[in-house]
This record gives sequence, C-alpha cells and structure tokens, in this order.
Amino acid sequence: MKQLAQFGEYLILMKRTFARPERFRMFFKQYIREIEKLGVDSIGIVLIISFFIGAVITVQIKVNIESAWMPRWTVGYVTREILLLEFSSAIMCLILAGKVGSNIASELGTMRVTQQVDALEIMGVNSANYLILPKILSMVTMIPILVSFSIFAGIIGAFSTSWFGGIMSATDLEYGLQYSFVERFVWISYIKSFFFAFIIASVSAFFGYSVKGGSIAVGKASTNAVVSSSVLILFSDLILNLLLA
Amino acid sequence: MIELRNIHKSFDGKTVLQDINATFENGKTNLIIGQSGSGKTVLMNCIVGLLEPDEGEVYYDGRSFFKMGKKEKKDIRREMGMIFQSGALFDSLSVLQNVMFPLDMFSRDTYNDKVKRAKFCLDRVNLSEASDRYPAEISGGMQKRVAIARAIALNPKYLFCDEPNSGLDPKTALVIDALIQDITKEFNITTIINTHDMNSVMAIGEKILYIHQGEKEWEGDKEKILTAKNKKLNDFVFASDLFKKIKDIETISSSQK
Repeated sequence: MKQLAQFGEYLILMKRTFARPERFRMFFKQYIREIEKLGVDSIGIVLIISFFIGAVITVQIKVNIESAWMPRWTVGYVTREILLLEFSSAIMCLILAGKVGSNIASELGTMRVTQQVDALEIMGVNSANYLILPKILSMVTMIPILVSFSIFAGIIGAFSTSWFGGIMSATDLEYGLQYSFVERFVWISYIKSFFFAFIIASVSAFFGYSVKGGSIAVGKASTNAVVSSSVLILFSDLILNLLLA
Repeated sequence: MIELRNIHKSFDGKTVLQDINATFENGKTNLIIGQSGSGKTVLMNCIVGLLEPDEGEVYYDGRSFFKMGKKEKKDIRREMGMIFQSGALFDSLSVLQNVMFPLDMFSRDTYNDKVKRAKFCLDRVNLSEASDRYPAEISGGMQKRVAIARAIALNPKYLFCDEPNSGLDPKTALVIDALIQDITKEFNITTIINTHDMNSVMAIGEKILYIHQGEKEWEGDKEKILTAKNKKLNDFVFASDLFKKIKDIETISSSQK
C-alpha cells in the first residue's frame, strides 16, 4: 500500500516536472550546468570501469571458455556481445545510478531541508520543473555519449590484454570483435540506456525532492534513490530485453 | 494589508492552529510571537501558501489567496518576498546571482538593468563588497542580509520573515531588525515577522500577535506588551531575567509615585 502511494506521489511530481519552463533562458542555463555535472563529470568513471571490465571479460572468456574445438574468434565475439548488449547499457547505468543517483537525491534533499525549495515556491517558481526537468533531460541527452564511450573503452580494454598481457593475438581478437556484427544491437543498447537514464534521474529526484526531516533523512533518501533506481533498472532491463530481443 | 480569518490547521488529528483572526497593515512591522512549538511557523506557512489551512481564509488586500486561480496565485507570489530562518540562499550561486535570481526569472529588464537593481539591493543591506562570494563563504548575519536583498529585489508588497534573528549575536540581530524596519517604511511593505526574540519585539514590534498553543492569546504593540494583564503572555515575556528586572524596576518606580 505504501509503495502504491509512493508511486502516486511520483506520478504527481512528474506531472509538475513536465511543465513548460518559466523562463527558457534560465532553464537552458540549468540544463547546461546539469549536462556538465551529471554527464561530463561521469565520463572519467565510465572510461575507467569500462576499460577494466572489457579487459576482465576478455581474460575470463579466454581462460574459461576457449578450447581446441572452439573457433579463435570466440573470445572477441563474446566480449563484443557482452559489452554491447549488457555491460555498456545496463551495468554501466547501474554504476551511474550509484554515482549520479546519490548526487541528485542528496542535492535535492539538502535543498529541501535548507528551505531552498520553499524559497523557489514562494517566488512563484515551479521548483519541480526548474530543478528536476533539466536533470532528466541532461541525463537522457548524455547517456548515448556515455554508452559510446563505454563501448569504446571496453574494446580498448579488451585489446590491452593482447597488447600488454599477450594472452591472445590482436588479430584474432579483432576478427572476433567484427565477426557477425549486428548493428541493431548497438541501437538496442542506446534504446535501453534512454530508459535507464530516465529512471536514474527521475527516481533519484523523487526521493531527494520528497525528503522530510534533516540530514539523516537526506542520507536515507540518497540510499533509497540508489537502491530503487538499481532495482528498477534491472527489472526494466528484463522487460526491454524481452521486447527488443 | 493581509487579513487572516478563522484559520484552523491540524496534522493527523492534532490541532496546531485554532480560529486565528488578525489583520496586518502595510508600512508596519507586524510580529507573530510565541514559544517554540506554539504554531508560529505553521501560521506563517499558511499565510504564504506553503500550507493550506483546513478552514479559514487569507486575504491579500481583499483578495482571497486560496480561492485564487493558478495564474493569480503566481502573480501574487511575485509580490511576496520571504526571509527564511536558514537564509535559504542557493548554494551554487554567488551572492550577486542569488539576488539576481528573481529578476532573471520574472523581470523583462535588460541584463545591465538587472545587475544594477541587484547591486542597489546589496548596497541597501551594506553588502556590495560580498557580491562575488558564495553563501558558504559568508557569515550567518551576512547570509540573512543577502536574503533580505533577494527578498526586496522585485519590489515586493509583502515581506515575510521566519525567525530572521535565529543563530545571530544580539548586535547583528539588532542590525537585521533595523534593516527590516527601515525597508518596511521605505517601500511601504506589509511585513510579517515570526520571532520569539523579545529584543526584536521591543525594538520593532509595531503590531504584535501572541500565539499560545495554536490560539491567538493577545494582540497589541510594544508599548502595551510589558503592562499587559495576560498571564500566559506575561509568562512568555518575563521568562528572561532581563525582562523580569525591567518589570521589577517599573513596579518599584510606579509604587514610589
């Protein structure tokens, strides 16, 4: 029952969020600021994690799957499919739910408890629209770029195992990475990531915006934001995979 | 002028405000006083529309706030300025940007005019030198002054202050009180201040409303408050040693006469 009430509150908040901005110039300023804070500042962590995961996937497949009766392109092929279909969209968004989600929830929660949100309301500003919409739009705008960076860094990570680790030849890996390439999988990755970006930004904003109390409530909202976005990402990943596969 | 008629508010069955009636005139500093937990902040939130009363009405110059349409409410909000207990300045914006925020949001003036107006407001609260600093880099008293500058940026008709002196030393508190009173007179604003600070009451209390456990207990001004014959009010006013001594001195001097 509590979850149902919470879902209703979330829908009401989204209705207030998706309204016409008061001043487009102010909205655009805020949007650019959020792109920098939520998107550009996440590039580093996306590159680092994707690089190492790409390398680890390659090593694990090479060590555990490859055998004499399997073609040499298997390692590259499987690495590519994992990166494209799951890691660079779903898993990377799970990581972002931790970084960006907690950032959004704690920022809005702190604004709420320090009455900055009330100050906006008193001025006659639709605070949900002014604070949340730029976050949602900036996440949705930046996510394809982050997914592309993740795929790219994962592939570089995979190559690094052959360049520096020497576990297999770069030619075999490259052949596997290109083998039976299906362009649709890239689009599936992008489509899924749009949904995940919306979940991360809107769910985290909901928990932050609805904080009641003090600093403990902000901390709790931040944790709830990360847990709920992660669960919803995994659930919607399953649904989207069934629909798009 | 702001008028409150039969304001009732309760939370989860617990009555917080009961039958509050009052009139706050413009050009005057109107104070709502009472102990912590007496319902002052809830009443203030009902007046500014952050909370809707269960019963009763709030009239802004004869216009019923809770019966207004969305657009009318928005328009009236632009005539309001509010100074929060915490200052409520936007952390990510500099002092100048904070004061410019309402202008950027609602004014059609050119950028240069907005900067000029924001600088005038900062100058009015003697903070011109801090315009490039961020809220975290200035003291609590300065934050309150920035909040005042932001509140008057759009030339409000109504100014609300929720415990503007909390957390400030007595000297800075007097500066803030004097500033609020000066601005009220200068711009002929209807100002409502929530406070439990008796120094403020004695300094700027032109009209005082005493709330006790959610009910209006007494109404008057600073001249009458020390001689009022209301036990609950006397318990509140003379809770501090300083005011007790003032009362003792007055009693002695009147008996000598």
